[in-house]
Amino acid sequence: MKGFVQTLFLALALGLTAPAPAQHATAFDIEDGGRAFETACAACHGPDGNLIAGIDFRRGVFRRPLTDAEITDIILHGIPNTPMPATPGMSEEQAVRIVAYLRSLPEAFTEPAAVGDAARGREIFAGTGNCLDCHRVAGQGARLGPDLSRIGLDRRVAELELALLDPDAEVQPAHRTFTVTPKRGAPVTGRLLNHDTFTVQLMDDQERLRLFQKSELRDFGFTNSPMPSYRDTLDAQALADVVSYLVSLRGESTP
Amino acid sequence: MTYRNRRLAVLACGLAATLAASFAAEAQVSFERLLNADREPENWLNYSSTLDNQRYSRLDQIDTGNVTELELAWVWQARSLEKFEATPLVVDGVLYTVQAPNDVVALDAATGRVFWTYHHEPSPAARTCCGRVNRGLAILGDTLFMGTIDAHLLAIDARSGTLVWDTVVADATQNYSITMSPMVVRDKVMIGTAGGDFATRGQIAAFNVETGKEVWRFYTIPGPGEPGNETWAGDSWRIGGAAVWNTGAYDPETNLAFWGTGNPQPDWDGRERRGDNLYSDSVVALDADTGKLAWHYQFTPHDELDYDSTQPPVLADIVWRGEPRKVMLWANRNGLMYVLDRVTGKFLFGKPYVKVNWMDGFDADGRPQRVPGMLPSPEGTLIRPHVHGAINWAPPSFSPRTGLFYVAHWENSGIMAIEGQFPQSVGINRRQTAMGQVNLEPFFNNDEEAYGVVRAYNTDTLEPAWEFKMTDITWGGVLTTAGDLAFSGGREGYLLGLDARSGELLWRESLGGQINSAPMSYAVDGKQYVAIAAGSALFAFTLRE
Repeated sequence: MKGFVQTLFLALALGLTAPAPAQHATAFDIEDGGRAFETACAACHGPDGNLIAGIDFRRGVFRRPLTDAEITDIILHGIPNTPMPATPGMSEEQAVRIVAYLRSLPEAFTEPAAVGDAARGREIFAGTGNCLDCHRVAGQGARLGPDLSRIGLDRRVAELELALLDPDAEVQPAHRTFTVTPKRGAPVTGRLLNHDTFTVQLMDDQERLRLFQKSELRDFGFTNSPMPSYRDTLDAQALADVVSYLVSLRGESTP
Repeated sequence: MTYRNRRLAVLACGLAATLAASFAAEAQVSFERLLNADREPENWLNYSSTLDNQRYSRLDQIDTGNVTELELAWVWQARSLEKFEATPLVVDGVLYTVQAPNDVVALDAATGRVFWTYHHEPSPAARTCCGRVNRGLAILGDTLFMGTIDAHLLAIDARSGTLVWDTVVADATQNYSITMSPMVVRDKVMIGTAGGDFATRGQIAAFNVETGKEVWRFYTIPGPGEPGNETWAGDSWRIGGAAVWNTGAYDPETNLAFWGTGNPQPDWDGRERRGDNLYSDSVVALDADTGKLAWHYQFTPHDELDYDSTQPPVLADIVWRGEPRKVMLWANRNGLMYVLDRVTGKFLFGKPYVKVNWMDGFDADGRPQRVPGMLPSPEGTLIRPHVHGAINWAPPSFSPRTGLFYVAHWENSGIMAIEGQFPQSVGINRRQTAMGQVNLEPFFNNDEEAYGVVRAYNTDTLEPAWEFKMTDITWGGVLTTAGDLAFSGGREGYLLGLDARSGELLWRESLGGQINSAPMSYAVDGKQYVAIAAGSALFAFTLRE
């Protein structure tokens, strides 16, 4: 409460007498909304806003398209019959600033393209780089690796460079590679889709969805990413070109 | 059958029903029955069956030899998307449970068919930190008791499902809520308040079972002039948390009711509340008649890591290191396991049961010795165990047959603790930080990151006698039975039937939803059932005919 009173005082001092619509949010709104998010929302949504399945605020992903007014309403009143609670005691102004903060995230997360030629990058990607053997862009290519149709929204330049030079440095949980060795038969390597105490579910290199009972396996475990390092195959310019191409991939807006 | 015979049969049935009704009307759940619940194992009369919280069933029809014959008897689907955390009660063939947040449901315990539902509409002001959940009911006579997320205590007629009385325990607009099951001792029903992650002051209150009138109230943070108030800097005692959000235990020999208390608030930043912050992260022993404090033991003085101590206290009379002792066993969220003398509150023994790096030993009084620097910092500090702890709130079990203490908990979990912020998981699966949910989620962790276990601990040494390892973590509790079985489960949604002596997996069933509760057992017409909530549903298993 004390914090809110201070905020209100500051808001009045700055002449912000009415809640500003999120699209005209000031830096103050966004910063204050971020603080309120940390207090009121992060315990469930996580500090990066990506802990609830199907929701990722940093990437602008909601379960369905929502207007600013709708998000404000959800923050204040919750969603009935779901774990999303109402936030009694929060003012509408405060909720509007949280919306401003949420709307600012995807913008802050993306960066200008790297210094490279995206068109040349695209040629390398689809040609000598053999990237479509594993990856998929806009419905073209394979499904074994991450779908890169929106990668420009999801990854920064430095992260993309790292992924090309040192693919095992950081692998997202949903793209870990797993190898199982049945008691009879050849080992199968694929993308881990799920596992538990008794079973392993993966997509094999033929893109088949397969379940293995651990009791029928001789061995199983995580293995390195099948993605090669491009350290020796792409020179600095080619690398910049590919990164520029990847940064340009913004897909379509999330439904 | 002729019409006349049919009429006679109907009359006879009516007579039998009348007789049964009059018999049932007399067969109220007296406090004697609650106190001696172990003598009627076909019923489950308290949160953990018995008031010592052993969560041990004397039923032995299902045993290590036939557990493989278990099959589904029935499923009841709750009309709720909240986590299903309640343990049901069973009284003479009727099962009572809670559809989150606060609907009481009476079911036929043999078929899962519904008799009635009592709906409580919580105030829109209700605010919970971690889900609009409820962990169960209490019963006395013909009255059920339930705490609500808008911090009311309700008394509901167990036969008709109608409201008897409704008492406000605390002010929901001030962030108080109730998620625990109440505890009945003689003519009082006791309940604590949740909300300890907000600016609240924890309390336990006792109400007359007939009238709902308050009898006593104990604040878990002492007020000015009371011993312990000096352990809070300035006015921080007013809003210091120390909530009570899981049920207690009761010892009739000393007439003491034992309660675990939650973290001090603000959770991850202790600068405004310097001092030990009594009685946060403690067990308090209260006189059940007066609510006066008999003794306390603080597990985590001046906690800045959110190590609530709200796990149900487990009481046992055991031979401990060669001597008969009345002990309290406690697997704490802070990663330490304890044996306390429950008569005096004396610390007998404690040690880490998972990787712990915030302390490195105890002094003679059982106060943990801090490792310098293992506190939230501006740049973040790697601390073990995790923000959700080695265990969160799930009920453990003690089997008097095996003498082992059974706990389902997490191993290999750490947090990056940053001053004043919600801590972040260490490891690639950030979903670790998310509270338990209803649905099964894809899981990608490896062993170095975190996993769940069921372990059976020797009470002399607090060393595990065996371990059953899961791939995912667990929010589930444990039930042990006279059939030498230990039932448990976790976020993967398997109900596990383990050999209580060896830990060997004897039986399992996939329930298709996360297990966020503890199993229980009961019998109807001589047939034993094991029940567990998973996802949004309650499942009951019994032996194949």
